[in-house]
Amino acid sequence: MSTTVSPIAPAGVAPGTLKAQDSRSRLRILRDNFWTSLCIGLSFLTLIPLFSIVWLVLQNGLRLLSPAIFTQLPPAPGLTGGGFGNAIQGTLVMVAIALAISTPLGVLSAIYICEYEPASRLANSVRFVAKLLTGIPSIICGVFAFSVVVLTTGTASAIAGGVALAVLTLPTILLTSEQALLGVPKALREASYGLGATRFQTIFRVVLPEALPAIMTGIMLAVARGAGETAPVLFTAAFSQYWMRNLIEPTASLSVLIFNFSTLPYDYQIQMAWTASLVLMALVTATNVASQVVFSKRKR
Amino acid sequence: MKISLLLGSAATLLAAGTAFAAGIQLQGAGATFPAPMYQRWIAEYTKSNPNVQINYQAVGSGAGIKQFTQNLVAFGASDAAMTDNEIAAVKQGVVLIPATAGSVVLAYNLPGVTDLKLSREAYSGIFLGKTKKWSDPAIAKTNPGVKLPDTAITVCSRSDGSGTTFVFTKHLSTISPEFKDKVGEGTSVTWPTGVAGKGNDGVTALVKQSPGAIGYVEYGYAKNNKLAFASLENKSGQFVTATTASGAETLATTKFPPDILRAWPSDPEVKDAYPIATFTWLLLDKKYENKDQGEAVRKFVEFGLNDGQKFAEELGYIPLPKEIVEKGLEALKTIQ
Amino acid sequence: MEGGPATAGPPFKVRKQGQQQMPEQPGSTGHSMRRVRRKLDLFHVITWLMSVAAVVTLLWIVVSIIIPAWPAIQKTGFGFFMNTAWDANRDRYGAFPFLVGTALTSLIALCIALPLGVFIALFLSENFLPLAIRQTIRFVVELLAAIPSVVYGLWGIAVLIPIVQRFGGLLSDRLGFIPLFQGPVFGNSTLTASLVLALMVLPTITAISRSALVAVPGTLREGSYAVGATRWETIFRVLLPTAAPGIVAATILAFGRAMGETMAVAMLIGNSPRLSWSLLSPGGTLAGLLANQFGEAKGLQISALMYAALALVLLTLVVNMIGEAVLRHAQKVTAGVR
Repeated sequence: MSTTVSPIAPAGVAPGTLKAQDSRSRLRILRDNFWTSLCIGLSFLTLIPLFSIVWLVLQNGLRLLSPAIFTQLPPAPGLTGGGFGNAIQGTLVMVAIALAISTPLGVLSAIYICEYEPASRLANSVRFVAKLLTGIPSIICGVFAFSVVVLTTGTASAIAGGVALAVLTLPTILLTSEQALLGVPKALREASYGLGATRFQTIFRVVLPEALPAIMTGIMLAVARGAGETAPVLFTAAFSQYWMRNLIEPTASLSVLIFNFSTLPYDYQIQMAWTASLVLMALVTATNVASQVVFSKRKR
Repeated sequence: MKISLLLGSAATLLAAGTAFAAGIQLQGAGATFPAPMYQRWIAEYTKSNPNVQINYQAVGSGAGIKQFTQNLVAFGASDAAMTDNEIAAVKQGVVLIPATAGSVVLAYNLPGVTDLKLSREAYSGIFLGKTKKWSDPAIAKTNPGVKLPDTAITVCSRSDGSGTTFVFTKHLSTISPEFKDKVGEGTSVTWPTGVAGKGNDGVTALVKQSPGAIGYVEYGYAKNNKLAFASLENKSGQFVTATTASGAETLATTKFPPDILRAWPSDPEVKDAYPIATFTWLLLDKKYENKDQGEAVRKFVEFGLNDGQKFAEELGYIPLPKEIVEKGLEALKTIQ
Repeated sequence: MEGGPATAGPPFKVRKQGQQQMPEQPGSTGHSMRRVRRKLDLFHVITWLMSVAAVVTLLWIVVSIIIPAWPAIQKTGFGFFMNTAWDANRDRYGAFPFLVGTALTSLIALCIALPLGVFIALFLSENFLPLAIRQTIRFVVELLAAIPSVVYGLWGIAVLIPIVQRFGGLLSDRLGFIPLFQGPVFGNSTLTASLVLALMVLPTITAISRSALVAVPGTLREGSYAVGATRWETIFRVLLPTAAPGIVAATILAFGRAMGETMAVAMLIGNSPRLSWSLLSPGGTLAGLLANQFGEAKGLQISALMYAALALVLLTLVVNMIGEAVLRHAQKVTAGVR
């Protein structure tokens, strides 16, 4: 079963080129063309605000873009020069921690509620609670991680930041993984069992690879959100002017850097905030593209 | 997979980071207003003291006090000092040190009007929502010859809790009993009218974009964004513009109680004093468990009080008057 | 056949020589090799553990919201949802204006982003235009997801607010009789925040809806064309209903994101604690309220803010229930298609 779309039309006729037999058919075809143009038009329409945002970020951010960004530490207010290598370091680490927590939790739970016991009370509870928490404001994730990790360890830390982001992204990963697994046709599973595979083998070798692109979509959405959120990280990992040495001390991050610098009344720092935004967007997009290249078309 | 790649690069970066084995690390958190000043101090201080690493993150005075009380940070910072209740909650005892100061200006957006003079009646009326238009006689009275449009006044305030709001509302409550009654003072009040922006930068953006707007911001923001701001009438009847000098005059009138360096110059009667200026405080433990940490904090704050004041003008703050620096240094000595 | 492993495992026992047996329920008795059963059991147990962990974690969060909120709940009770005055200084907390703001901004954002997102998802999953163009648009939409919320706020301030200030006048002139469009036009208003929110949730809806549409088996399309339907009739009557669960999931996630967005909204909405039904006036949302006041809050104010967070969770619950009801209705209507 292919996951690509095969646009099959009645034999011999390309879609959209049906000849009108009568006025009613003409109307249907007209309607058809209308919807097609609308669809294409709207898709191109979204390019406008996007280009506006990207243009703004480029315009303001390119000026300070240089290799120094990756190798130097943030400048103090009133001073110029420097970079934000430590913030890039921190964001990568905290998003990695967040994914390390929420991906197994989310994907494996999705497997349970989809493959093993879909009708059980536990499965229904998982779905209910996950949907309930799609709406938590990001600041609450920060407050939660603050009380659970920061207060018990006595310090702000990258781990606390990772936990906050994990909590933020868990509902997304769980729900999209469930949808991804549901999208795998039943026949595929039946064919697998028919060949003598165990349930585990079926899930691991047949269902998961098939659902993987959709699961990666969810994970990439989570990565994008996690890298860009300020509030959860602000309360848990605070910020650091220095390079990261371990996971249990305050850690810099791109989102907090952008927040800190963009709210200062000093031009150089504001410019640096734009450059950081540019770098953040580039990082997330690169991760997204890389994941699609690696995970989308796995030929079995 | 992706994760191992990320972790691997993270590990490499970690290893590449400076090995900082036996140095001292200080963490501070608190008010947003003095954050640039403290961060500049940190940068300059650690230049000559490379074995100390200090981090200060602006999270807000309230959160700063909380984290300081919970002993999560070595020092806190607050625009509103600490109340007696809050001080009592800190087991190790608190030493309040006024570290720097700034003034709150009323920035406005009236194309063509460069020198606006607002009387006490006018500006308290504006923020109470009573004076609704720029052409109001209360404003016109003190600005003869200036062409004031008949547009509505858009009051821009702070949506987030802030020391700036605290200082401004304290001042307004002092000069206007009606304001004290209707709105009151605090880090977060419900303004009777207008829009609110997040942070000083938020209010700055609001004022910049809305013709007919007026808002209260820290002096540094108005200066850097080239916003016009009003000269205010002080208690002695003079119209004073906010400058480093007029702010310093105000600060010099502060009378601190003997045992704690906490006081607000709310309405100075001195001639050239700009009416809205205030200190911001550093919160230090009276007794540090970690002696090295305590010593490091003491030295750092000492640096700030002495050498740190010279960055004030550049960054938009008011340098502390000498007497207050002396008092601060004395208080520092009481830290163990 | 349709996707969805509602029945777990094969419907029959297969036993090949020396091969494993597939038990219908893990742990059921059988003459299978112990090695295999334990392997299955192990994975089953692992996933079960993960599910329990997920539920526990998420419930823990809800509890960690309720506990600090308790003092405020005791003091204000249900009045919290109905009172219109929020005055932290006087310890008076009424969240109604913020509830209205949250509902308005999220609804408008979804009203814009849902049709737009589904159309773009259709564009990406059907072959109206060559693959290269589709890949570009997909990349572009995913780029929208990569933008940090602070940048959305900054863009809103730089670009969107002047636009709303300019053209908002048109809205209030022509449609001013509707309470939604009354009053003076503010750049920092509910409308601006809603527009930015729409942009922010668009990638979510597009990406997940696209996955759902792509997962619809080709046979369904073929069958529909075979009986003479045009492309769009197929889309509306067959594809969309089939992909509906996925699209609803996307909507729920998008709603959640819209209601929980703090930074960008706080920067654009004007943060007015006064109730206003007009989109052109400044407003406030629950999440924005939290973002603004949490850092400086003390005492009962913190409790009231957590109560507001709880209100958000309850609001999400209501939205979810409505979404599920809509889905059930849609599935009933298209039952025969499956």
